[in-house]
Amino acid sequence: MTHRKSLSLNWRRIPERYQLLGNECATCGAVFFPPRALCSKCRRKGTLEDKKLGGLGEVFTFTAVRSPPEGFEHQIPYVLAIVKLKEGPFITGMVTDVEPQEVSIGMPVRSVFRRISEDGKHGVINYAFKFVRA
Amino acid sequence: MFGIVGWGAYVPQFRIRVDEIARVWGREPREITDGLGVSEKAVANYDEDTATISVEAARNALRRGQVNSKKIAAVFVGSESHPYVIKPTAATVVEAIGASPYLTAGDLEFACKAGTAGMQACLGMAKSGMVEYGMTIGTDTAQGRPGDALEYTAASGGAAFIVGAKPAAEIIDTCSYTTDTPDFWRREGAEYPSHGGRFTGEPAYFKHVVECTKQLLSKTGTSVKDIDQVIFHMPNAKFPSRAAKLLGIPPEKMERGLVVKSIGNTYSGSSLLGLARVLDQAKPGETILVTSFGSGAGSDSFLLKTTKEIAGLAERAPTTQSYIDRKKYLDYAVYAKIRRKIKHE
Ligand SMILES: [Zn+2]
Repeated sequence: MTHRKSLSLNWRRIPERYQLLGNECATCGAVFFPPRALCSKCRRKGTLEDKKLGGLGEVFTFTAVRSPPEGFEHQIPYVLAIVKLKEGPFITGMVTDVEPQEVSIGMPVRSVFRRISEDGKHGVINYAFKFVRA
Repeated sequence: MFGIVGWGAYVPQFRIRVDEIARVWGREPREITDGLGVSEKAVANYDEDTATISVEAARNALRRGQVNSKKIAAVFVGSESHPYVIKPTAATVVEAIGASPYLTAGDLEFACKAGTAGMQACLGMAKSGMVEYGMTIGTDTAQGRPGDALEYTAASGGAAFIVGAKPAAEIIDTCSYTTDTPDFWRREGAEYPSHGGRFTGEPAYFKHVVECTKQLLSKTGTSVKDIDQVIFHMPNAKFPSRAAKLLGIPPEKMERGLVVKSIGNTYSGSSLLGLARVLDQAKPGETILVTSFGSGAGSDSFLLKTTKEIAGLAERAPTTQSYIDRKKYLDYAVYAKIRRKIKHE
């Protein structure tokens, strides 16, 4: 049986999803996540280098998802947050091991490694970072 | 001198009380908790599995050992609950900890002792100079058939160990004891394991743990008096205590590693989480004995001695006890949902 649903898309994003691998402009110090091909300020004058982000940050804003997309039905209600990382970038991720009412803006969080979704009973399991209360 | 350079634990935050499980199945709670010496067990969240638990434990081991993950040249993940039948958990782990791609990796299976088998493989590879550092991980998200005796203790958790030179705990020696014993098994495609009931005690657990430990003591010329801390595989709190009694080991030498009482039997994680907790609290110069047990059946014994390198290591990453203390209780219905015991199709 072949399972092609987003297989190559998910595979290409393994470094950023598994290790929070972003990049940093050696010229101006700006940090990007997901990694960018060009620095947004320096453009072609910037030199981008891989940077592993520490995963610490705080909740900038969040929402509780109660009508989930396919594959997320068993995790509702779950919290989707925009997290401001210590290094600067804002990143979107799920907050796990909490009830929505336990989450607040400004809450310190750290990243963990979790299952995100699975392609049915026979397909691949997708893993990535999520956040938990720090 | 070779041994453990860094170690890391991880235990999921959810717990279910043994008396809650007993209530659902109409059993007398006191009878069950007294019989096992276990009051609650750790339960993985819906989004946790052997890969995610292994990654958290491995990251803690790297922090504690302050080892660059690119220097880890071998990673073994021992478990009986690998997420895939074909597709290695170890490949996911090495990618997530940044050890990929120049290393060897593999999944090991030997019921609850696969993680200690990995420790022996790493020790051999480090000692021979084949790798600078090897990492072994023992993790499970153990499942008991609903209503079965094993459901009261089958728990989730794991621990990771980096093996190399300049250790915080030298592995002085190791040995094993292996036979074909049908005490516990799971056939291909079967959802839950089966066990030989009373057969799991005398010819399986006790024989292997006791004989393997005796072999190590005689091989190293060590007496029970010389050992400060002892960890045996913990299917419940009663079995390791009885094995200790058979070997003349006083209960106070077992207490620090007896993590089963409040998190349950984490299978491949069990003796290794006990060892992690013992190392968290160890001072230089302590002698530690570990004997794992895996059904089928076999035991691996290790004699360790902590060195001055261990000072200050515990605080570099969350301790085993901090994970044991961090908990949220579930009722049986939610537990059944997140452990995928409710069938939808
Ligand atoms: Zn720039």
